[in-house]
Amino acid sequence: MNPRRKKRLLAVTAIVFGIGAVIGLVLYALQENINLFYTPSELIDGKGPNLEKPHIGQKLRIGGMVVPGSVVRDESSLQVSFKLIDTGPLVTIRYQGILPDLFREGQGIVAQGVLVEPDVIEAFEVLAKHDEEYMPAEVAEAVKGIKHEKPKYNLDSGN
Amino acid sequence: MIPEIGYFSLTLAMVLSVLLCIFPLWGAHTGNLRLMRAAPSLAVGQFAFVLISFAALIYASLTDDFTVAYVAYHSSSTLPWYYKITSTWGGHEGAILLWLVMQAGWTAVVAVRSRSLPWILRARVLGVLGFLGVGFMLYTLLMSSPFELLLPYYPVEGRDLNPLLQDPGMIIHPPLLYMGYVGLSVSFSFAIAALLTGKLDNSWAKWSRPWTMTAWGFLTLGITIGSWWAYSELGWGGWWFWDPVENASLMPWLVATALLHSLSVTEKRGVFKSWTVLLAIAAFSLSLLGTFIVRSGIIVSVHAFATDPDRGLFILAFLAIVVGGGLTLYALRVSQVKSEGRYKLISREVALWLNNIFLVVATFIVLLGTLLPMVHKEMGLGSISIGEPFFNKMFAILLVPFAILMGIGPLLRWKQNKWTFLQNKMLLSAIASIVVTSVWLFLSYDVVAPLTLLATTLAIWIVFTTGLDVFDKTRVHGSLTNGLKRLSLSYWAMVLGHVGIAFVIAGVTLTSAYSVERDVSMKPLDVVSLNQYDYRFEGVKSIRGPNYSGHAGVVTVLKNNNVVTKLHAEKRQYDIGMQFMTEAAIDAGFSRDLYLALGEQLSNGGWSLRIYHKPFVRWMWLGGLLISLAGFMILGDKRYRNNKKREQEVA
Repeated sequence: MNPRRKKRLLAVTAIVFGIGAVIGLVLYALQENINLFYTPSELIDGKGPNLEKPHIGQKLRIGGMVVPGSVVRDESSLQVSFKLIDTGPLVTIRYQGILPDLFREGQGIVAQGVLVEPDVIEAFEVLAKHDEEYMPAEVAEAVKGIKHEKPKYNLDSGN
Repeated sequence: MIPEIGYFSLTLAMVLSVLLCIFPLWGAHTGNLRLMRAAPSLAVGQFAFVLISFAALIYASLTDDFTVAYVAYHSSSTLPWYYKITSTWGGHEGAILLWLVMQAGWTAVVAVRSRSLPWILRARVLGVLGFLGVGFMLYTLLMSSPFELLLPYYPVEGRDLNPLLQDPGMIIHPPLLYMGYVGLSVSFSFAIAALLTGKLDNSWAKWSRPWTMTAWGFLTLGITIGSWWAYSELGWGGWWFWDPVENASLMPWLVATALLHSLSVTEKRGVFKSWTVLLAIAAFSLSLLGTFIVRSGIIVSVHAFATDPDRGLFILAFLAIVVGGGLTLYALRVSQVKSEGRYKLISREVALWLNNIFLVVATFIVLLGTLLPMVHKEMGLGSISIGEPFFNKMFAILLVPFAILMGIGPLLRWKQNKWTFLQNKMLLSAIASIVVTSVWLFLSYDVVAPLTLLATTLAIWIVFTTGLDVFDKTRVHGSLTNGLKRLSLSYWAMVLGHVGIAFVIAGVTLTSAYSVERDVSMKPLDVVSLNQYDYRFEGVKSIRGPNYSGHAGVVTVLKNNNVVTKLHAEKRQYDIGMQFMTEAAIDAGFSRDLYLALGEQLSNGGWSLRIYHKPFVRWMWLGGLLISLAGFMILGDKRYRNNKKREQEVA
């Protein structure tokens, strides 16, 4: 092999290995960090066609409405717990910390945390969006049974 | 009357940009000089009319003209005047109008400052910019006019600007970011014009470079200020959330960074030409993709923007035309491009090529993490989110080789180097940076995690190797002062940019590793200690602002019983909309920030408070400022100033 070809072969091999390594790494990191979204009913009854339930210790996101009257605050610490609902069963969220400004009973929220009991989540993050009429799209879908309307694919509708 | 003038002049601007798109391109195609010569005046005229239109919207906002729907939805009579001006880009329609102002502005500046270019290239650059202008103006006029009227039943009071946006950061963040986004369209136009002309030579890179650098400088500044705004306004003490909207601005930045490094190789050595062109197309495409992501409503983000599928579709179609057209042209013409220079493995060319690889890989990672949740959902597989740890981990892995390379790169010369020549310098820098970092961290902190030590060492390594290079380059010219004077501004831009990155790396690492936060419940005169600081809660008092009321928790901060500062952490309720907003109190410092947010009152009468101690968090933004300064510095470089002199001679 002449030196130029040899150099090219080396470069190509390096690139192929590089790309392989990067893809492998990315897939590995992705697998660990994809958090599935559940509604309270999906968490209890199972999600998808196979009715898969999350296992204890799984990191997940959950969205629903805060059940009015369910917010219990600890007297002296910042420990708070509340229940979430969509259409059926209730799920309890426990959280330690300051709740967001727009957290209110009856409002849709999204919490991220770890499942500690089949119907209890220890949340490390609670999000309520900064908008009066806001309800997370996922919650709106689940609560109202309205499917996210796909954009209509015609360009001439000039409304 | 004024809003009608605004709409009308926008229509006129649109007509001019259609002409700007057709005349010069047709003229360049047929060789008609008269048509080409029309381009600069059309560009300036277009800018003037867009400016009138923007002024009309500002006027409507300042005079509380609530017959204009946009003003009624995004402003109110009690809003301070500066936020009234800000409100003209606080909502979707106004933001797009601001985008148009920037687009037309860049086009006009290109028209005025491109006299040294051959007519055929100048006409094509302006023609492509005109085409982009047509796209955005069509969008504004058809789908998102800010001049829609609410007649005859208009409200007596507006709905007020979103309280989150009532912040000094919001006044400057969007204009800077848009300057960057739109500025990349100039690099794009230069690339397309060069492809059309079929002449991709060094002079093309030389013309494109200052424009790209400037746009990149604005983009850097915009992202930096956006991060600072999130930190000071969202009340969680976070400065980067890997939110899709943030990712949308990071992707063009990464590609633009790759582009300007690649441009320097093309300019100096005549290699990487086709790759540079591809990056220029990609950088602007990613700006457009960012706009699509933000405006289409396809993703749920913490940034609450008005979204609409129809609008998203228009942007998507426009994106398809721009990217598709650009890439098709690229595919047709790229075979004519030939590289001239030759280089060996240990050379600056290869170092810059690796820099490009890392930046492009980083872009792909962000792109994947941003688009995957959307694809997943559209395919009906349920909704997922990709956590911050994914991005953090990937960037941490990429950082190590990238930072090492960043130290070596500047020491290398073009074409080829002897390894032995580098060995000593690198060994010296490596040992010095490990020793300095270890002494610094182990003396300051009880626990030093290996990763923290590694990342901080890399930051110091970049500073040391860059310093060594400056020293080397000055030594050649005898005395130090004489040597410093001889270095070109574009060299200093490199130094500044790299030191800026070192600051960002150190700031991010140290603030992530050593930030401490505590959620506490406090009654008046309670004292809580956190990292050598004592926080004494003085109680809560009520406050009243121009358009909000609320209460503020007053906390005295003490260190060794000396008062450091008094912080007022506010909870505001805005009069219109009755939204609650946490306004964090921050005591900023070079080596640490004290950050305080007020929560709600507990049933036992105490108040919940969140206290953060954030070391070196400001280094991140300091780094960002240095990097953007590097982008603007190149404008003063002799090589590009000489361009101007030649212009004057020709004129």
